[in-house]
This record gives sequence, C-alpha cells and structure tokens, in this order.
Amino acid sequence: MIATSSPRSLWLAGVFLGALTVAAAAQQASPSPLPPGSPLIGQPDNEAASKLRPQVAPPLATSADKLPIAKLKVPQGFNIEVYASGLNNAREMALGDKGTVFVGTRLVDKVYAIVNKDGKREVKVLASGLYRPNGVAFHNGTLYIAELSQVSKIDNVEDHLDDPPKPTVIYDKLPKDEAHGWKFIAIGPDNKLYVPVGQPGNNVLHDDAHGQIRRMDLDGKNDEVYALGVRNSVGFDWNPENKQMYFTDNGRDWLSEDVPNDELNRITKKGEDFGAPYCYQGNIPDPEFGWGHSCSEFVAPVGLMGPHAAALGMRFYTGNMFPKSYRNAIIVARHGSWNRTNKFGGDVVVVHLDKDGKVKDIEPLVTGFLQDNKYVGRPDDVMLMKDGSILISDDWNGAVYRVSYGKSKVAAQ
Amino acid sequence: MHKTSIIAAFALALLASSVNAETVAERAVTCFACHGEHGTSETENTPSLGGQQAAYALIQLFMFREKLRTFDPMNEITKSFSDDDLKAFSDFIATLPKPQVPTEASDAARMQKALAIINANHCNSCHKPDFSGSDNVPRLANQREDYLTKTLREYKDNTRHGYDGTMADVMGSVTSEQIPDLAYYISRVK
Repeated sequence: MIATSSPRSLWLAGVFLGALTVAAAAQQASPSPLPPGSPLIGQPDNEAASKLRPQVAPPLATSADKLPIAKLKVPQGFNIEVYASGLNNAREMALGDKGTVFVGTRLVDKVYAIVNKDGKREVKVLASGLYRPNGVAFHNGTLYIAELSQVSKIDNVEDHLDDPPKPTVIYDKLPKDEAHGWKFIAIGPDNKLYVPVGQPGNNVLHDDAHGQIRRMDLDGKNDEVYALGVRNSVGFDWNPENKQMYFTDNGRDWLSEDVPNDELNRITKKGEDFGAPYCYQGNIPDPEFGWGHSCSEFVAPVGLMGPHAAALGMRFYTGNMFPKSYRNAIIVARHGSWNRTNKFGGDVVVVHLDKDGKVKDIEPLVTGFLQDNKYVGRPDDVMLMKDGSILISDDWNGAVYRVSYGKSKVAAQ
Repeated sequence: MHKTSIIAAFALALLASSVNAETVAERAVTCFACHGEHGTSETENTPSLGGQQAAYALIQLFMFREKLRTFDPMNEITKSFSDDDLKAFSDFIATLPKPQVPTEASDAARMQKALAIINANHCNSCHKPDFSGSDNVPRLANQREDYLTKTLREYKDNTRHGYDGTMADVMGSVTSEQIPDLAYYISRVK
C-alpha cells in the first residue's frame, strides 16, 4: 500500500484501504499477534506483563566509593572487595599468563586490561572501536576477542599493553543479528575455540546458522557445529575431571513467571541437540514450536538454574584457596531476571555435581545485588585467579570484585 | 553561513564555555540553536529534546561522547564533557517543556492504520500508549515526523546502533513501508 500523501480525490479510497488494513491486522492479532521474529512474541496482554522489559545497564561506570560493596554478602569465612572500577559495562573476563585481567564489554566498544604496574593496579583501554566485544579468551600468549559478528586476536598481548596493535580478524562467518548476538568465548582442552551463536530472538525457529555452539581451530579454520538447540549460551567451561563441556543456556521469555528455568547442560559428544526452540528445561514442549516434537528427542539439562535467572558466566573451581567442598564445583554468575515480576537471580552461586555429573545442589556464594526488587549491581562473569580467589564482573556498575577465603582479605596490589 | 559551519561555530563556542563556571541553562543556549528554543526543534531531521526521559538522554549523550553514536556536531560538542556534565545536561533536558501536540487535525484513517501497526508490534509496551516512554525508553510523543522516519529507518538497517539491540530487533518485523505511518502517528499522538 502506498504510504505517501494522496490527492484529495483519493481520500475515500484511502479510508477504504486503511479499514482493510486494520481488519487484516486484527485478523493477524489472533492467535499470534506479532510478526515472526519479534522479540515480544508471547507477551501476554495484561498489566503485570506490560511492566516488564529488559533491564539495561546505566552508561556511566559507578565511582569506586559508590559501589554497593557493603551490600554484597558472602558466606562465613569469605571476603569480598573491589578489585577494579571504572570499566564501563564489564562483561567476560580472561586471565593472562602474566596476571593481566582482560575484560570485554557489550554496550560500549572497548576491551579493558587490568594491569599490575609498579605494584599498583591500573585499568587501561586495550582496544576500542569494536562492536559489542563481549567475549574474551586467553591462550598461549594470545588474546581472542569476540565481537557481535567476528572473532579477532592479539598475539603476545601482554608484551604490548602500552602499544597494543589492532586486533586481527580470524573468523567472520557469523550472523549479524543483535538479538543474542553478543558472545562468550573460551578455548577448550582440545585447543579449539568455542563460539556460540544464539537464537536471533526470544523464541524463533532458527536457521542452520543460529541456535548452536561452534568450535574451530585457533586460526578460525575448520569450523564446525558442536552443539545444537542452544537458545543463548553466555557461559561454558570444561569439567576438569573428565573434560566434558558444561554450558549455561537461558530459557525463553514470556512463557510464564516461573518456567522455563535456565538450563545447565553437559555435552558428551559432538552434535547433541539441547532442544531450543522445541523443548525447554528438558520437559516443557514449547507451546508454539513443540507441536510434533517430544522433549525425549533432545538432551535434557543436568540441572535447572532458576526462572529467567540469566545464568551467564560459569567456571569450574579448580583453585586451592576455598574450602575443599568447592573443589571442582561450578561457580555461576546469575545476571538476574527481567521477565519476571519478582526478580530472580542477581547473585553468584556454587553448583555441586553428583557422581553422574548432574546437579546435586546449588548454594549462594555472593548475594545482595538485588535489593527490594531492584538491581544495585549485576554479576556477569566469574574467573579464577592464580591464588585461588575469584573475580566477578558487574556490568551494571562497571566494576570487578574479588572473593577470597580466609585471612588474606585484600588482593596483593 | 553554511549550516555545518554554524554548527561547528556553536560547537566551538560550547567547548570554550564549558571551561567557565556557567550554569547548564546558560550552556544549553548552544543546544537550542539547532534543537529549537526551549528544546522544541524547528530544524529538519533534528529532534526536539523537551521532556525527554533523563536516563535516555544520558545514554545518548554518553554515546555521542564515546562515538558509539556518530553525528559530527554532537560528537564534537560532547567530546570534552565530564560524566557530571553528561548527567547535568540530561537532567536539564528532562525539565524542558514537552513538544506540543500539533493543532491541525490528523488524518483519522491514517492514524487508525498506524495504530494497528503499533499494536501489532507492541511499540506501546515499552514506549507507553501515550509514547511518553520511561527511564531508558525515550519519549517519542510529538517528536518531529521527519526525525522519527529517519531514526526508524536507521534502526531498521542498523546504521544507527542502539545502546542495546532492542530497536534493531523490534524493527526487524516492521516493513519500510510502515515506517512513515508510524512516524505520522507518533508525531501527532495526543
């Protein structure tokens, strides 16, 4: 239909066509009111639902003296402190061999480096002008950076912290969708780079290029799909005992307040399908796409991480500082819900596995990011330090915290 | 004088003035040169600022400073802004009077047609039925029609990157042909 203004004589025709369009739109309104691919598919028409929308981190990093550190609670014997501040939108973290902490971002264009210089900790901008560089991974001296639709690297990065070269692109065969386009990356025990490609929307029947985790050689070659049916994974690591890959996957929105849960999954062999968008949390067929499918067709999660919890960065704890019960448990940052009236998550939890590698129990490690149903911070990723302490990134405040156990309360400067 | 050079001159004037202890209201005179007296724009493709949500304005000013959103005059003006400047200006913008509802009658059929598109895409879910927005979601009500059309097009082809990807995402299911109707409605909404 022509949308430009029409001569007066066509006015009546315009009314007629307009009425037809309204009628057509009204027909589409039931049962699926939204065009395919819309992020709002499934949003019910009621007041409670209309109040919910994605929570976006404020643009300015919180100054060190205003961070909510006093509100953050850790179990008896643990300590939490500010490790670094002023890193706008701090997301995934990676540790260099020489102790540099690299930090990616999603809403700004930078990768930061927290460096130890002359006995003092300092935050530097390592790279800027990148597009949603959420993912960082470090391996054999090289830093890998995942932007929205490409992966690049900086070799010998710790020798060039003062004069970093521009990252060299190694892989760009990635979709450019904004929805779930930001990436967590890691290098597996097989020396391959793992790169997730989320579903391009809340709940969509994705094509062959989406809804998966890929792996490739460290030069970006020989890429292959490693796992399927992945809605949006923003965290994975390998079990130190048997090298199996575990990943968090965020469940869909708008199905209900309490389900589906986010998933913790385990990959036992290449090509396994984890269900999205046909089946969520292992036992809920999707009301739209589940028809003609059964959840039994897919690999069920090894554990559930809570409704809309946004379980993101996760790492196995292989350090020696924390009590023995933490050894080889998974530490998970739950960014916290938006698609739920009473917010859930906004904490860092410890997931203990049983003998079969399934979730035995989940207990809190850091709480307090959620106060009176509002975020005062949001944990995004966790990372193990050489001394056995862990770092937690907070993209809401643009800060990194350190959690230690025992008397060594403060990190060596 | 050519328009760009006027803008550049004002940008320079503002840069110079930011070192002095002027109030935000005094410094904002520069903004009004393009964005209109008291923030209601009469300049082509240039948005009205009045009544804008402070949190949204802060994000945009931050993005201009960081060059995450590119428009030379705004990048230049905000280049030397401190975080406190960004906050002061965004708070100030929110206090300016909202743009007025146009007085001339709107085409009822076209308004109806646009409303169907709005309902189908749930624009009013975040932007509110009266398009007043809230927090980081901008007020759009009675914004300039040409600016709305331009912006929706830029979000659709992702040449304007949002702070997050929500608008690129939402515009995926809106057709290019529907954009002028959306702009027509939003600029006239009561």
